[in-house]
Formats: sequence, C-alpha cells, structure tokens
Amino acid sequence: MSALSTIAVARPSLTVRLGGSPAQIAILVGVALFLIAFLIVPILRVIMVAFTGHDGGFTLIHFSDFFDNALLRDSFWNSIYVAAMTVVVASLIAVPLATIIARFNFRGAALIHTLGVVPLVMPPFVGAVAMQLIYGRNGSINLLLNEWFGFRIPFMEGLNGVIFVEALHYFPFILLNLSASLSNIDSAMEESAQNLGAHGLTLFRKIVFPLALPGYIAGAALVFVKVFDDLATPLLLNVTNMLAPQAYLKITSVGINDPMGYVISVIMILCSLGAMALAALTLRGRDFSTQQRGGGGLSRRTMSRAGNIAAGSFIVMILLLVLSPHIGIFLLSIATVWSYAVLPDGFTLAHYTSVFRESGQMISNTILYCGLAGLIDVVLGASLAYVVLRTRLPGRKLVEQVAMSAVAVPGLVLGIGLLRTYYDVQLPWSGESLATFWFMLVIAYAVRRLPYALAAATAAIQQLHVSLEEAAENLGAGKFTTLTRIVVPLMTGGLLAGFVTSFATASVELAATLILVARAPDAPLAYGIYVYMQSAAGRGPGAALGVIAVVVVSIATYLAYRVAERERGLKSRAF
Amino acid sequence: MARGVSIDHVTFGYGATPVLEDVSLEVERGQFFAFLGPSGSGKTTLLRLIAGFGTPTVGRILIGDRDVTRLPPWSRNVGMVFQSYALWPHMSVRKNVAFGLERRKLSRAEIDRKVAAALDLVGLTHFAERRPAQLSGGQQQRVALARTVVIEPEVLLLDEPLSNLDARLRVEMRVELRQLQRKLGITAIYVTHDQEDANAVADSIAVLDQGRIQQIGTPMELYDRPVNRFVATFLGTANLIEGTIESGGRFVADGIALSAIGGEPGRACISVRPQDISVAPPDGGIPARIAEREFLGNITRYHTQAGAQSIVVDVPYRRGTHAHDVGETIGLIIPPSQVSVLR
Repeated sequence: MSALSTIAVARPSLTVRLGGSPAQIAILVGVALFLIAFLIVPILRVIMVAFTGHDGGFTLIHFSDFFDNALLRDSFWNSIYVAAMTVVVASLIAVPLATIIARFNFRGAALIHTLGVVPLVMPPFVGAVAMQLIYGRNGSINLLLNEWFGFRIPFMEGLNGVIFVEALHYFPFILLNLSASLSNIDSAMEESAQNLGAHGLTLFRKIVFPLALPGYIAGAALVFVKVFDDLATPLLLNVTNMLAPQAYLKITSVGINDPMGYVISVIMILCSLGAMALAALTLRGRDFSTQQRGGGGLSRRTMSRAGNIAAGSFIVMILLLVLSPHIGIFLLSIATVWSYAVLPDGFTLAHYTSVFRESGQMISNTILYCGLAGLIDVVLGASLAYVVLRTRLPGRKLVEQVAMSAVAVPGLVLGIGLLRTYYDVQLPWSGESLATFWFMLVIAYAVRRLPYALAAATAAIQQLHVSLEEAAENLGAGKFTTLTRIVVPLMTGGLLAGFVTSFATASVELAATLILVARAPDAPLAYGIYVYMQSAAGRGPGAALGVIAVVVVSIATYLAYRVAERERGLKSRAF
Repeated sequence: MARGVSIDHVTFGYGATPVLEDVSLEVERGQFFAFLGPSGSGKTTLLRLIAGFGTPTVGRILIGDRDVTRLPPWSRNVGMVFQSYALWPHMSVRKNVAFGLERRKLSRAEIDRKVAAALDLVGLTHFAERRPAQLSGGQQQRVALARTVVIEPEVLLLDEPLSNLDARLRVEMRVELRQLQRKLGITAIYVTHDQEDANAVADSIAVLDQGRIQQIGTPMELYDRPVNRFVATFLGTANLIEGTIESGGRFVADGIALSAIGGEPGRACISVRPQDISVAPPDGGIPARIAEREFLGNITRYHTQAGAQSIVVDVPYRRGTHAHDVGETIGLIIPPSQVSVLR
C-alpha cells in the first residue's frame, strides 16, 4: 500500500475557483449586460437629466421648479390621494370577501375566487371609457337615479373616476394576499388561544389580525404602487392633473429635452420605492409565514340565514361592479350609438369588421412583440435562475436583484429612459433612431416582465431536486445531456407559464408603448385602443379591439393556469 | 484481497472545521461496507466524493486501481442510489432504467434485454410503463436500484436507502438488498445513521463523527470492543465509568472497584454493556440501589446507583422471573472480560 501513502494536494481548477463553468459565466455576463443596457443605464440617464442644469452641472433647480409649479404640486398630491384612496376602496371590497372565505362555510366561496381573477384579465384603461358610459354623469346608472330619485352620484367625476376604476381592477391583489395569509393560520393557533381563554374581539385582535396583517400590507403596497404609476387610466378618463399624465405630456408635447418629465419620473420612482420600503419596514419581523405549517386556515362556522343573504347580496353587488367594465366594453363594441342613454340605441357588428379590416396589423404586431418579449423573458429568466441556484458564481445574487428591481420601475419611466438613452443611436441600415425601432418596444416589455419570468423559473428549479440532476450525471450523462434530458423537460410547465404571463401582461402595456411608438404601422393593440378611444367616433372600434385584447389575455391566462395546475399535480406525486 | 475502493487521506472543506478530516479506509472488492454516523458526521459527503459530486481538498480516491479523484461523475461508473430515489417524474420506469445504458451507446436490443433483466431482478417487470408517481415507496426504491445496477457499476453506493420506508418494509428491503448484493457480487457502500441497519447488512462498518473516522470493524468488533465513548454509546447502550487504573490492572472509581481489567495505569474510562452485568444478592457483588425499573418485554432494565455511579443493568425476562423492586439494594457482578477500556 505504499502507493497510497503519498498525499495528493488538489489544485482547484478555474471552474472550481470561480464556482461555475465557462458557459455559466457567459450566461451570467450576458444577462448582466442586457440589464445594464436596458434597465440600469436608462434609469440612471433619467436620474442624471433630472439633476443636470442648463450649464451641464449638478442642480436641484428642477426639483424646486417642480414644487413651485401649482399644477405639478397638485398633481403630486392628487397622485398620492388617488393611490391611497384606491387602497381604501379596494380594501372595503377585499377585506369582507376574504373574511367570508376564511371564516364561514359559504356556498358562494368558489364565486369569490372567480371574482378575484375576473378583473385582472382586462387592464383598467380598456374599461375606463365604458365605465364613463355606465357610471358617468350622464351614464346609465345616473340617468336612472336621476329619473327615479332626482339625484346623481359623482362616481366618475375627476379623480373619483380614477379611484373607482382602479379599485375595481386592483382589489384582487389585496384579496389574494390576505386570503393566503388567513389560510396559512393554523386552526390550532386559534384553538389554543380559545383554550387559554381568548375569544371574540380579543381573539381577533391578538391572534387573527397580527397573523393576517403581512398579507394585507403586501397586497395594499402593491395596489398603491400600481395605481401611483398608472398612466393609461387617468389619460383615458381625461384626468391630467396627476403625476404620470404630467410626465407623459411634458415628454410628448414639450419635448424630450424638457427636464420636468425626468423630475416627475424620479419622484415617481422614489414614491414607489418609498411605499415598498414602508411596507417592508412595517412587516419587518412580522412575517411568520415560514414558521407556520399552513394548517388550512381558521375553523369555519356555519352562517346564519340572514348572514347568508347579506353575504350573498354583497357578493352579487361586487360581482356586478367588477363585471361592469367587461359588460360595458362589450356593449360598446356592438353599439351603433351609445350616448346620454341607459343602453345603446342599436346593435351592430360593424366595429369588429372594420377593426379586422383596418387593424390586422396591430393584432399581428401585438402577437409578434409580446411573443418575442415572452421568449426573451423565459430564456433570460430560466438561464439566470439556473445560474443563481446551481452555481456559486460571484455576483449572481446581485444580477438577480437588479433583474427583480424592474418591478419597481414604472413603464412610463422605463420608456422615457430608453427613449432618451437610445434616441441618438441610429440603425445602420435605415438611419432610424434605435429608440423608436419596433424592437425597442419588445425590449421594454421584456425588461418590465423579467421579474415574473425569473420568479416562475426560480420556483420551477427549486422544485427540481438537485439529486434528479446528480442521478443523471451518476449514470453517465454530461452537463449538457442532463440539461436537455432532465432539467428542461421538467421545467417546461413553469417556463410556459412564465411565457404566457409575460405575453398576456405585455399585450396590454400602454405607458411604455405610448412613449416608444413613433409610426402607426409599428403600433400594437394597446396603442390602437388608446388612439381609437380619444374620439367619440372611435369608441366602437376601440371597444372591439378591447374585447379582442381581453379574449387574448383570458385565453392566455387560462392556459397558464391549466399548465401550472397540471405541473403541480405531476410534481406532488413524484416523491 | 482485491481492492474495491480506497479512500486515501481525504480532507474535504476548508478552515478550522472541515467536513471531512484525513479520512482513510479500504473497502475490499465484493464487500458490503457501511458508513455509520449521526447527521453532520460527513458520511454522506464521503459517499458523494466517491461518486464525484465534489473533489477532495486533499487526498485521493481509488476505485480498483483507478485514481478517480479528478474524474467527473459521468466518467466514474459508480452507481448511486439517492436517498430521495431521484426518479425522473417525466419518464416511465423503463425509460428511467434505460437512461444509463443509452448514455453508454449500447444497441437498442441490448438495452431492452438489460432493462428487462434488471426489472425482473427487482420484481417490477409488469410496471415498466408506469410513471414513478404511480408506484408505492417500496416500488420506487426498487426502480432506483434497478436503474443503478443495470449499468453494472464497479461500486454500488446507497445513501440512506431505507429512510423513506415504513418500519416493516425497511426490514424486508434490508434483507433484499443484502441478497441482491450477494447475487451480483458487487462492492457496495451503504450510508446510514441507523446502527441496526448497518449491523444487519454490513460486513464491515466505518463509524464517523465530526468528519473523522472513529473506528472500523465488523459489527461485532465495534459492539464488543468500542475504542472510544462515541462508538460505545452510538452502537447500543453502554455504561461508561470514569475512574483510575492502578498499577496491576485494578480499576477504581467512586463506589466501584474491579480487578484484573488491564490497561495503562492512570485516569481511564471503561465501558460495559447492561446485559453483561449480572445481579446477585447485595453481599455477592458491588452493592447498588435500584432507582428505577423498566419492563421492556424480553428484558427488565434496572437503573441503579452504585456510589457515585449510575449503572444500567438488563436482566433477561422469562415468565415467573423474580423482579427486584425500586429502592431495593442488589449486588452487581461485572466480569473483567466484558469490560472495554476506552481511549
């Protein structure tokens, strides 16, 4: 055994020292470059312009100009007011619904779950005009109210309209998060509190409320940020005294060099980050979800007859409210004339035929852009998730965090940043600006949705036990065979779901689209809906396009849901 | 004595507390070997190093006469059965088993023949087209085994293969594993934290703790002659008694004196198993007072106090055996031949 007595000292290879193979390093560097070029540089550019004076030096003058301007100051407070009030109104809808699901044996529970998804398949701006026709000053409801009782309710007056439309669209974020929190509470926690003498209000205050709070705060913060950043809904409701519309108007009417658009962008980013930070701060040390076993929620009680009726009517009312943009847009799309009337005067399919005749280009543009954006997201998301989870490359966490931070960047701000950064770069073959080249839209869509695709891919890989890959290597498969035969097939469901999510949300993104589309032939559906809705005559075709968009998004969402469900079934039985 | 696997002064991990520290051992060809230790002892890490999942910081690993230290997992021809089985959920049983053969570029006919033989070996011929999710835990375990042995590996590595099975199935599979290994004549290494599993299947056991090998030997050697406290207590119950060995081999502790123990004079710790102590009247042995009594079916276990020493004594039980009561004083007889002097 003398051969064994010599001790071999292993010198780590390059791969071992860096923690990844050359191919993995290339992936990480590639994703990092993509993010630098299309996220970090554009955002930094926006920030720089906001702080640069006419002499080219650092200045705060634009910010003092901002707060000296009465309109902009009002817009700032209006945006905060609208976002906060939307959270309040959305909570008034979501909290009772979540409580009913969690607390009671209620036969309509499945209906509530559906209620939580229905609004999400139609972006709020698509339904906004239809909402005017239903709830506006001379809309169906107010006409009836005025006729029967002699008064009107100002649902849609000015900021009210934005709050109303946004709340009906975004309350599911609170509902879903809060329901998740509530269903995570182990009934044993409630029972042990009762066992120790707590009941009624004390039980709620000491046990249920603290445990449900994280979900509520997370949902509320998300709603606040989404509403604060939304450009499309106020624009379509003709509300311009808010921050996002002001930024858009400055850039598109005054020009790309007007610093005020950039100042507003910086303020919007700061407010978004501020709201998220505040939520995180409130939740610090209070997120108990990982310590809980997920015990199937609170013990459910049987509802009294009166309770059943009350809950039932509340849900029907909410359902009608939630469905009204959908119903309205559908009616509008088949209406001959609908103005100062409870219902349209007559019905026609002409809008659809004209839309298909004139706007086929928009539909095919949407499919092309969003398909490419989804593809980019899936490829980048899956590669990055793999590198983050399966290698020890330095900097991989940083790249992941940068990619995730795109969540906090409003589409408007990213659009402005990309426009400013790439405006002077010309395409070698046509001399066209790179910023307004159609592919820049694809990139804007892809960057903003990368966080979702990344999260989906990360979840898919986390479910993929590393021993499945090791077993393949152990039986003689190299890294590449393992990837193609084991990893990719097992991730298919997650990747497909990520693709569909990116595709569906990109197809109704308006803010970045408005900034970056330069020529009508390059425009996608969302742009078309916006342009049509600007004129009274265009409402019919605009609504028809809206219905088409809703159908596309619904189908995509449904497919994503089905794939995710099937995948989960396969995995849960695997071990 | 043909060599199966050699671990040659292997250290893994860096810093003050490496995961494995200067581990050396020899597994003979055809031997059924076990790595036994608590979680965190480094036993699974050592197994993974043999399979190629990780490279030793220092030292070499040889399979037969091949130095595999730097080889990637896919070039080692070492078969590993994973604790989670790691069956691919998107492939049928047949495809799972055929995977390794396909990597070896065998002809279709040969793959079919070998897959059929392997499934026959584990009794799953009729389940070839099922998905893993449609099988019971025990059947999944057999698929994992078939998938591994079908490539005819030089060494079979088993990482806690029974830990996901219920108690009855465990005992059955243990016997099957042993029979399979003997039939194939394959070198096998079995990782477990369960001393009963290790004792039942292994020809030879390496006991690991805190990244170091504590003792290597047959199950009986380890049980009868543990070299240190860890081995003595990890394999079964042991009475450890601190005391002094006087010149002449007499062992003295507070409350106990034993003659003719042997060993180096000085401070010492001895180990004696509960069933090796017999009970006599108080004046017939070391006087001890019974503090607690447990009736365990085949034995009665007395927790006694002899001076400062707590000593556990097991007395075989047969119907009608006289049981001593708590508070009673009895005499303990500890035969010197049953005593191990620990390091």
